[in-house]
Amino acid sequence: MPDKPRIAFYAGAACGGCDTSVLDLAGDFPAFAEGVDIVFWPMVLDAKRRDVEAMPDDSLAVAFVSGAVRISDQEDMLRLLRRKSRLLVACGACAAQGGVPGLANLYDRERIMKAVYEEAPTTPSDGRVRPVTRSWEGARESVLPAFRNRVRSLDQVVDVDYILPGCPPPPKLIGDAVSALVSGHPPPRGAVLAPDVALCDTCPRKASRPENLEITEFHRTHLTVTDPGQCFTARGIVCMGPATRGGCEAACPNGNMPCTGCFGPTSRVRDQGAKMLSSLSSIVKASEPAEIGEVLAGIVDPIGTFYRYGLARSFLRGRIGRKAE
Amino acid sequence: MPKRRIVVDPVTRLEGHGKIDIVLDEAGEVERAYFQVPELRGFEAFAVGRPAEDMPQITSRICGVCPMAHHMASAKALDDLYGVEPPRPAKKVRELVYDMFLLEDHALHVYVLGGPDFLVGPEAPPADRNVLGVIRKAGPEAGRRVLAVRKRLRAFIAEVAGKAVHPVFGLPGGVSKGVSPAALPELRALAAESLDFARSTLGMFRDTVLKDPAYMEMITSDLYTHRTYYMGLVDDRRSLSFYDGRVRVVDPEGKEYATFQARDYRNYIAERAEPWTYMKFPYLKPVGWRGFTEGPESGVYAVAPMARLNVADGMSTPEAQKAYEELFGTLGRKPVHHTLANHWARVVEMVYAAERIGELSRDPEITSADLRVIPAGTPSVGYGVVEAPRGTLFHHYESDEQGLIRKANLVVATQNNAARIAMSVEKAAKGLVHKGQVSEGLLNRIEMAFRAYDPCHGCATHSLPGQMPLVARIHDADGRLVRELRR
Repeated sequence: MPDKPRIAFYAGAACGGCDTSVLDLAGDFPAFAEGVDIVFWPMVLDAKRRDVEAMPDDSLAVAFVSGAVRISDQEDMLRLLRRKSRLLVACGACAAQGGVPGLANLYDRERIMKAVYEEAPTTPSDGRVRPVTRSWEGARESVLPAFRNRVRSLDQVVDVDYILPGCPPPPKLIGDAVSALVSGHPPPRGAVLAPDVALCDTCPRKASRPENLEITEFHRTHLTVTDPGQCFTARGIVCMGPATRGGCEAACPNGNMPCTGCFGPTSRVRDQGAKMLSSLSSIVKASEPAEIGEVLAGIVDPIGTFYRYGLARSFLRGRIGRKAE
Repeated sequence: MPKRRIVVDPVTRLEGHGKIDIVLDEAGEVERAYFQVPELRGFEAFAVGRPAEDMPQITSRICGVCPMAHHMASAKALDDLYGVEPPRPAKKVRELVYDMFLLEDHALHVYVLGGPDFLVGPEAPPADRNVLGVIRKAGPEAGRRVLAVRKRLRAFIAEVAGKAVHPVFGLPGGVSKGVSPAALPELRALAAESLDFARSTLGMFRDTVLKDPAYMEMITSDLYTHRTYYMGLVDDRRSLSFYDGRVRVVDPEGKEYATFQARDYRNYIAERAEPWTYMKFPYLKPVGWRGFTEGPESGVYAVAPMARLNVADGMSTPEAQKAYEELFGTLGRKPVHHTLANHWARVVEMVYAAERIGELSRDPEITSADLRVIPAGTPSVGYGVVEAPRGTLFHHYESDEQGLIRKANLVVATQNNAARIAMSVEKAAKGLVHKGQVSEGLLNRIEMAFRAYDPCHGCATHSLPGQMPLVARIHDADGRLVRELRR
């Protein structure tokens, strides 16, 4: 009998939600674990990096890497897994686009260190200690991996073969991805492993969206009651559905909240935020461009809204340039 | 013998990076052990400029294992920020979903993350010390059941909250969605199944662990014991509470030290930074920081299951109350200072969570559509607190009049335990490493010392779970590699 395909899961700068989603394959988990050989999954198994280092190059069928890259150790681990794996999947919004932690690229390292270690209301006035990569207590040296200046998506560090979108990717998509990638006929390299349709096309609220929609004002979610079944955009609430890939079974609209864009764009869109902005501009009721601007000004945090997950990989990339690592 | 350094790098089966650094003296005895968290993401910084109403969804990304805890603490902080009181049914829906989350999250720890040390045995080969090993030991039926109950609870959570990982339903003044009358039969059936599951988990814990004198000896051993303060939420009757209440602190003798509201947290909690870790160490501000030491003079305190039981006068539900009495009756005194008793306390809390799910499922208001009050006030400052599975969790926001965040501060569950975790690691190392002799089993025992806390460093550093290898490198005083151990 041929060996089962060997796969690995690893999380970089992540929250563990992707790992949890893998666990949520749950009822099917023992069977899932029997179909493949999971040789590395730090959250759940005791296998260690040394075990990965000992593997021949290209001996892993697939590595699923979640999380962005922020700490020097994560770069090392990502490069190691790339070397050991025939296929590498950017699993989840952080790995694919930087994710929510990518919003940190609005601020540089100095600002973040100051906010966390000096300006926090619970920091005592005499405490001005910060972590440093090398420190000494007497003759003893402690080493911490470096906190880089910028959050990066995986493809900004190594070659990525596939993207598995979502925050987190739903268990079903993870299961489908594992099956597809270990089969004899994997999808073409570079594919996003989710349906290539806009979320709106899969949303149960779609029918309530008028043919000729015109928006005169934007509302905030906490100040607005939206009927179940009512299109958020039609209600004047920013919903990222038009600029976002489907595949989540409209989970957030089913929770009676708008889409925030975690699946990233469809293949026809380069920049999710830019697409969203143009989509909204086209439905704002205004006779002159200046009026459009006024209505759009009702969106109080455009970057956090349009680039909630995609800032690190967007055209904007935040305020932290490429040079300063 | 020259000075040596041992690095356990990393600790697996905890939710986040962790690294243990043990320094030996000339005689090969442990001089000092460091517990290091090499992770940082900086949520406090990039929360600035975001609309307050987005915070429940943004802060849930601190941790994908306990996203509901952050989501809920954040929603409560927004209630306070806007000065709005959610309708009673909305609070009940929040608590119901929260108790379901607590139950399935505790089950995750008992069966997958920390429990394998106990249920499979600390000396078992590494390849068996995982969820599959537990399933082999408990039998395939029990294994399937754990996963099935967890899946069903999470499906219900997703139905109400939008998603189990990164819920969306929390808003200032209530929730976007409640429990539909059509979901009531499933809720009641799930409540019954949850209680049965919690009971059988308690039964399994009794059979496997409590009846084995070797385990009991380990739980009560001085190696895993620290006399610190304890913190947790209690309700009006000083019974344990997860969703709401006042924060109570007891001293190492079990006497009440303070009871306070979330908004006063800064009077009681301060955070210490150290150059060798990204983790901050909270301590009781009025007592003061005296280093990584225990006793009434040290501000070090503990949170999470055993701490919650220590600060509570009892449990508000009958079966949990019995289990609570059994725990303190068996261990003989209160507070219980044994770190490994957290495993037991966690199972007691599973019974409580299941009973509360049952009570709320029978509450006639649970399917009410009265779920939101639209905030009318001007936002300024808000504080929210919940008991996350891993301990007391504070969110504190300040905003401008538009509700855009100007400052955010988060004192997070595992982080509260950070100083005590570091102490536990050091104590275990001192007890288990002598004359330079370090075996693989000993390293696992040291890891056990802190896996009992169910530490989540995603939370603690507002950073990630992720891993590095476990390998112990022993260096001499010049940094030369003398020996390398691996499990």
